[in-house]
Amino acid sequence: MTDASTGTTPPTASPLDTAILRAEHLTRRYGDAVALRDVSLSLAPGDCVALLGPNGAGKTTLIRVLATSLRPSQGALTVGGVDAVRQPARARSQLGLVGHQTLLYGDLTVHENLRLYGQLYGVPDLAARIAEVLHAAGLENRRDALVRTLSRGMQQRAAVARAILHHPRVLLLDEPETGLDDASQTGLRELLREWAADGRAVLVSSHRLEWVQEMANRAIVLREGQLVDELQMQSPSPTRLATRYRELVGTYLATR
Amino acid sequence: MATIRQEMALPAAAAGRGSALTTILTAATVLLTVVSLGMIVFYAPMERVQGVVQRIYYFHVPMAWVAYLAFLVVLVASVMYLWKRDMKWDRVARASVEVGVVFTTMVLITGMLWGKPIWNTYWTWDARLTSTLVLWFIYVAYIMLRSYTPDVERGARLGAVLGIVGFIDVPIIHFSVTWWRTLHPAAVVAPTLERTTPNAPPQTVITLLVCLLTMTLVYATFMVYRTGLERLRDQNRELEQLAGR
Amino acid sequence: MPPFARQVLVLLEKDLRLELRTKDALSAMLVFAFLVLVTFNFALDLRPELMSTVGPGVLWIAVVFGATLGLGRTFASEREQGTLEGLLIAPVDRSVLFIAKFLTNLVFMVVMELVSLPLFVLLFNVPVQPLPVMGILLLGAIGLSAVGVLFSAVAGNTRAREVMLPVLMFPVIVPILIGVVQAMGLAIGNDSARDMPWVSLLIAFDGIYLAAGAIVFEYVLEE
Repeated sequence: MTDASTGTTPPTASPLDTAILRAEHLTRRYGDAVALRDVSLSLAPGDCVALLGPNGAGKTTLIRVLATSLRPSQGALTVGGVDAVRQPARARSQLGLVGHQTLLYGDLTVHENLRLYGQLYGVPDLAARIAEVLHAAGLENRRDALVRTLSRGMQQRAAVARAILHHPRVLLLDEPETGLDDASQTGLRELLREWAADGRAVLVSSHRLEWVQEMANRAIVLREGQLVDELQMQSPSPTRLATRYRELVGTYLATR
Repeated sequence: MATIRQEMALPAAAAGRGSALTTILTAATVLLTVVSLGMIVFYAPMERVQGVVQRIYYFHVPMAWVAYLAFLVVLVASVMYLWKRDMKWDRVARASVEVGVVFTTMVLITGMLWGKPIWNTYWTWDARLTSTLVLWFIYVAYIMLRSYTPDVERGARLGAVLGIVGFIDVPIIHFSVTWWRTLHPAAVVAPTLERTTPNAPPQTVITLLVCLLTMTLVYATFMVYRTGLERLRDQNRELEQLAGR
Repeated sequence: MPPFARQVLVLLEKDLRLELRTKDALSAMLVFAFLVLVTFNFALDLRPELMSTVGPGVLWIAVVFGATLGLGRTFASEREQGTLEGLLIAPVDRSVLFIAKFLTNLVFMVVMELVSLPLFVLLFNVPVQPLPVMGILLLGAIGLSAVGVLFSAVAGNTRAREVMLPVLMFPVIVPILIGVVQAMGLAIGNDSARDMPWVSLLIAFDGIYLAAGAIVFEYVLEE
């Protein structure tokens, strides 16, 4: 149930009681620099939100704060109704992250990596779930390959497999398309679209327009650590979107 | 966009806050220092065996007291920082480490200066001196850790952990070193210098107590100036960053 | 099995499997400990009559140096590969991470000690009661691992981690040093009965630092 197509709405307008993830006034300082400044957003079931912004805007920082791998200097984060600071374990079991690095052990096989994380997350019926996830990622015949022997594309797919293994309600992705060929990118996009349609929420940061266009129902734009606008994806055409984005951050969105 | 002044919420008398108290403290410290020096030279009785040299005791012991007191303050500030995450506690910890390491160094030096005329050797692995030397190393490790950690928040956090974990060790180190020394006495068997004999005349005890009080005030005065300096440094850094943006 | 124990075992299994596959840490530790033992022979005049007094120290220093090598790597490799973040975003208590790494390094140290002790006896011809001495070495390794894992994580955040780990560790482990060497000296001299006080010191130190490490670890790893 989304709230798209109702025109521009203020950033925190998602109905609060159905929000799977709610971030309020997140601020993150690195020593003297401020990477995130008063960022608030919420994700509802079915949301597929694109996180846009130029390099250095704080996209990776925001994703890491939402994934709880960084503590915000100020602000609150609620995942599935659980306060991420007070009950970190419960909040974390509902989050999945596909970051810049695969978070996989290069010297373990795909299967061993998945078993490790499955056990850490307490995934029931682990063997069956691993088989499911390997199938979804197209890695069945790479099950027993050491991760460091896989190509970048396959490693990325293994990373996605790892991220969805424990059925998280929110999936966070940080520029997942880097290093992937077109076919893999399309495959990943479809996987995410299906997945979000299943009543979960996805937040993807990206530089590439077709990702945003074909997958997301909302886009939020970050500049210098601040949320400068939120765009509904259904209404504007690709050129209108690119124009609006340029207005906001002064750079072009990559289109190819 | 708020002005820099608003952003910083600079108090009107940032450096001079509580300056009346600071002046009084400084004055009291100076006064007491003069009094103690006078007592050490004129009032304290001459020790039979060691002679004039023994008067180093009135510096050495109070400094040792402060060295350990400073580390206790580091412990408290570390716990408070991890709890409240207020930078002011980190400033107290930083300042106390710097002042503490100076006093610890002075304890070691006065110990050596005392040792040479009495034992004819600068260093003996006497239990107290050895424990103090280990404390010195923990202080130095803290300083090195902070200097290698450019991010202030991370440095404060890691420093706080070290402050807590290091302090826990102080009694253990003291205990194990003392025990070791009782089983394996040093090559030069020296009477423990720090303890006054049961028959010490009251003037010795009084002088020592006055010196203890003085040294504590010296520590407190240094701390006030040092934390003030650290706060100015922090603010300076924040201003530079704002200006650079 | 409660989640805490299960997670610890899973992480321990992971580290041991990685080590079996890459043989990174353990071989370096073994070689280095052996090397230090041999170096002592050149550095000190280790006559047989001196060995009962000097011997325990020589062995323990070799163990400490070897252990420091392994400890330095324990978090560095996770950080380099980026896998530490994967562990941090999982619903895993930070104290679980601490205990797991503690156990991993303890296993490595014990293996190193099991090899170093016979080497030591062989090289320096010192008769020892193996069981009491191994027991003391184990107690020492527990404390060493607890302090070492904690400080390895602390130092790992800094620019010069190879320097910071020994500088942080060595002053703090002075009680272990004294305890192990004294207790071992008595054991070698067939005087194990008088060991108890030193053994109690080691046990107390181990307990305190295991607890302290588990408690503060979240503050070390928090970003």
